[in-house]
Amino acid sequence: MTHPNLKNTSIIESVKGRGIPLAENDVDTDRIIPARYLKFITFEGLGAYAFYDERFDEQGKPKSHPFNDPRYSGASILLAGANFGCGSSREHAPQALYRAGIRAIVAPSFAEIFAGNSTAIGMPTVMVSSLHLDTLITLVTQNPSTEIHIDLKNKTLTTSSGWTCPVDMNEGYRKAFLEGSWDSTAVLLANLELIRKKAAELPSIR
Amino acid sequence: MTLLDKVWELHKVATLPNGQDQLFIALHLVHEVTSPQAFQMIEERGLPVLFPERTFATSDHIVPTDSKARPFSDPLAEEMMAALERNVKKHGIEAFFPGSGYQGIVHVIGPELGLTRPGITIACGDSHTSSHGAFGALGFGVGTTQIRDILATGTMALSKPKVRRIEVTGTLPKGVYAKDIIMTIIARLGVNGGLGYAYEYGGSAIQALGMEERLTICNMSIEGGARVGYVEPDEKTIQYLRGRPFAPKNIDDVAPYWLSFRSDPGTQYDDVVVIDGKTLEPMVSWGINPGQAIPVSGRIPSPQELPPNERDTAEKAYKHMKFFPGEPIEGKKIDVAFIGSCTNGRITDLREAARIVKGRKKAAHVRVYVVPGSEQVDAQARKEGLDTLFRDAGFEWRSPGCSMCLAMNPDRLEGEEICASSSNRNFIGRQGSPKGRTLLMSPAMVAAAAIAGEVVDIRKWEI
Ligand code: SF4
Repeated sequence: MTHPNLKNTSIIESVKGRGIPLAENDVDTDRIIPARYLKFITFEGLGAYAFYDERFDEQGKPKSHPFNDPRYSGASILLAGANFGCGSSREHAPQALYRAGIRAIVAPSFAEIFAGNSTAIGMPTVMVSSLHLDTLITLVTQNPSTEIHIDLKNKTLTTSSGWTCPVDMNEGYRKAFLEGSWDSTAVLLANLELIRKKAAELPSIR
Repeated sequence: MTLLDKVWELHKVATLPNGQDQLFIALHLVHEVTSPQAFQMIEERGLPVLFPERTFATSDHIVPTDSKARPFSDPLAEEMMAALERNVKKHGIEAFFPGSGYQGIVHVIGPELGLTRPGITIACGDSHTSSHGAFGALGFGVGTTQIRDILATGTMALSKPKVRRIEVTGTLPKGVYAKDIIMTIIARLGVNGGLGYAYEYGGSAIQALGMEERLTICNMSIEGGARVGYVEPDEKTIQYLRGRPFAPKNIDDVAPYWLSFRSDPGTQYDDVVVIDGKTLEPMVSWGINPGQAIPVSGRIPSPQELPPNERDTAEKAYKHMKFFPGEPIEGKKIDVAFIGSCTNGRITDLREAARIVKGRKKAAHVRVYVVPGSEQVDAQARKEGLDTLFRDAGFEWRSPGCSMCLAMNPDRLEGEEICASSSNRNFIGRQGSPKGRTLLMSPAMVAAAAIAGEVVDIRKWEI
């Protein structure tokens, strides 16, 4: 039995949205969210600090950066370089991107822990070849209103202009999205009756 | 079956589709630093805390130890404290905040309040939750996502670890403490030696230890890479819990059930390690992880003496510590001394340090902090006059909290200062200064170092 508040929220078969290009390789989690913002007590405001040190100078003046570019505002699919999310394993890094509106990341490869942490919050990390990534970035830069459709079921990526390419991803993660099991809270709560039974069997603490 | 098998089976709710087990958490301890985001995540989904009656909170990591007047001088600390106050109120969770008489480091107050007990699963958003294993419980340190899951479901997904029995035989020589046992284990098996394992500590040297010393050992299991560490409960366990505020009133009726949580005779362990207690010495860490530790009579190892996979870290350690291979650790000058933390901030630790300090004075150049692990420890120590004894020696007596264990409050190292510390981690920057240096040792050794102004061998002292 699923908890009433969790009904059908967990299955993710596809992600649709506009792209935002950030084609550098080896972007580490310190760049995604500088360490000093880890102190925030909630994840809520974290989105505003994604890539903060690259977006703003020391006086807080905006620098040229895709996340400051109005053409990409509202974009939800990050087009990134290889080995994205390397460095320290902080859960804050995918959270910062998620809170900044990102719902999926496309890159030639990902750091393993980053991909795991992203999966745990429902943000698919899908892989495309460097060649396809270059084409995709060119399409998006030329026309930022291009819609991207990532189909996890059929492992394809299609743009509104009709261009398409295959995508790859960790099979375990893909299954977790298609079944909704990426959401550990939902998976655990599915056993609510068993949990209550166990609680009743065990000695109380008070 | 091992104790781990028994507690695991008892709390297992289901096997999950990914092959992990869903484990019921009988006791969830919450503190101000790792919980706010977890509360936020369940609220965003409109989920309640499923078992508030099994959830307890305290504030320890960021509370200042000089003045607990509100608002705290650090706005971030104040924000975290306020968030926890809000969350416990909203979700009906009992909390022990400063001034309640019960506040303290989460791993000190669990046992001291009688919340920790044999045969249960315990989780807390702090690595050193393994401490609670001293009572024959399984204590899991968890991250934010798991805190969220435990709040919302009372359970978490886990893979069952293997069990390594660590048998410490014989009796300990004078001047050798629980801290030295666990530091020896970590130094021998390595900081990753316990990956995939639970550590079961046993043998005559472990049985001879009091409950608070067993807490010290289990506390640092995690520093050896083990998921949990535990000691099988015995009469001492029952005696310790008797009369504690939350312990069952009919403790003699419950005792046989508690004592049933033991590994069966003849159990096959996945691994067994035997350590001869009488050969142990006081230990001191010389590097930047708790495995880089040597007997106080020893010399800092050279890279050639180390396994190839430890040489890189050793090079980093020489550089950071400004120590050289071959140097003795005894005689290293210190600037700061810290007695406290969930490893060694309990009353028996303070008594042992006091025994050494009595009638002596700290070295002029050393700053010394004594930070009791909880308000109850503080009260007991004052009753015994320990606060005055330490103050007379020139030590600063602070109020309870994590303090210089992780320096999230104003107690911290400056510049390259070296600190003799009774805590559990000597990572670079851990004590608040990126260049600060930490030497881990037992509280008695810290007290002696504070007096001598340098690392000394406590066995050479008249005590
Ligand atoms: S004393 Fe140190 S290790 Fe213990 S709970 Fe506090 S910060 Fe963690």
